[in-house]
Amino acid sequence: MSLARRIIPCLDTDGERVVKGVNFVNLRDAGDPAALAARYNIEGADELVVLDIAASRDHRPTFLETIRRVAAELAIPLTAGGGVANVDEGRAILRAGADKLTVNTAAIRNPSLLTELAAEFGSQAVVLAIDAKRVGDRWEAFVRGGSVPTGIDAVEWAHRGVDAGAGEILITSMDKDGTRSGFDCPLTAAISRAVSVPVIASGGADTPETFLEVFREGRADAALAASIFHDSIQGLGELKRYLGEQGIPVRQTA
Amino acid sequence: MNIALVEYGAGNLPSVERALGRLGVESRRVSTPEALAGCDALILPGVGHFGALMRSLGERSLVEPLRDAVSQGKPLLGICLGLQAMFATSDEAPGDVGLALFPQKVSALPPADRLPHMGWNQLRRTRPSKLLEGVPEDAYFYFAHSYAALDAGDAGVAYCDHCAPFVAVLERENVFATQFHPEKSGPVGAQILSNFVRYAGGEK
Repeated sequence: MSLARRIIPCLDTDGERVVKGVNFVNLRDAGDPAALAARYNIEGADELVVLDIAASRDHRPTFLETIRRVAAELAIPLTAGGGVANVDEGRAILRAGADKLTVNTAAIRNPSLLTELAAEFGSQAVVLAIDAKRVGDRWEAFVRGGSVPTGIDAVEWAHRGVDAGAGEILITSMDKDGTRSGFDCPLTAAISRAVSVPVIASGGADTPETFLEVFREGRADAALAASIFHDSIQGLGELKRYLGEQGIPVRQTA
Repeated sequence: MNIALVEYGAGNLPSVERALGRLGVESRRVSTPEALAGCDALILPGVGHFGALMRSLGERSLVEPLRDAVSQGKPLLGICLGLQAMFATSDEAPGDVGLALFPQKVSALPPADRLPHMGWNQLRRTRPSKLLEGVPEDAYFYFAHSYAALDAGDAGVAYCDHCAPFVAVLERENVFATQFHPEKSGPVGAQILSNFVRYAGGEK
């Protein structure tokens, strides 16, 4: 008996529709979030993440409605985020039906936001999302959807973020995102070693073997992917059966 | 039958409501002693902080009515923080008193593994359980917490092991609780809620 490794489909949305791109650019439409959520709920997803990658103030009511529509389809946990900058915005996302919220840019600018959110909702509801890119012999955190470098070391930031109140880290490798060339195991392992909370690996998902690698070598607690699931390149049931056969504890579903 | 979801300004109430709705079970939200007294069965959902939950219940004058409902034999199901609130005290809020349906305390899980305990885990059953009827032995349930009751005496019917063995399901007469979230635990979670509703409806 042990805690299962989680497989988490991610819906990147423009607030309303699921979109996808490579290395955070060239976005195109990939479907209705509620329809995809219903499918993943049945197929055995362990959790769902829905992000508003546009994160513009104007679209916020639309995104909250998207969260409501997605939550209505789920009997599994839902994490949502995108542009959350204060406690009130966090509350709106949780009230709309999310169990956890992600914060990224605003937390780097103001790490005490993590402390405030944890005090209000509990650290189990606060996921620190970090977009990291290899720069020399380290990884640097980027903000604003990966467009702005911060000069901050991603591993060190993960550690500080947990001290401030984050209950989970979602680490996205910008070098790997959308490339289908495997997860960034060295980055994930470095983050995993630096923190005491669960770590979700994101960026580069491809074959079942790439998931096995990120659980073994990357020491990930969960692995997130988008397009390989949206495009039915990889079935969730088949993926989890493979991982189970390889000795990774996973929740098998019918 | 009249199932009440105790509303105290926080928690996972809408997802519990939706999960019951999927079972075809109607529930209503109650936030006053009068409304609570008129119900046949109660569900106390919860996420967040032990102290905040007890203060919210106190501000709404719901602590004694909840204890009265239990002593009158009304079925009560606590979920996650709702389980923890049934104990006397918690490490999370020293000085705050819980519903004290059980004399033991809620402890911070020792940091032997990653915390929060977040994700799907299995149960170790130690006593016959009404809530777990029809649920496969190897089923996984969704947990998200850093505190837990390590001991509930004879009321502990199933345990989970993460950092330490802790009470995952407790049952004593008309009192039921799960440390995991049945409303987030897929089909097996729905089975748990269905079992509670069936018991609350009069089946023994």
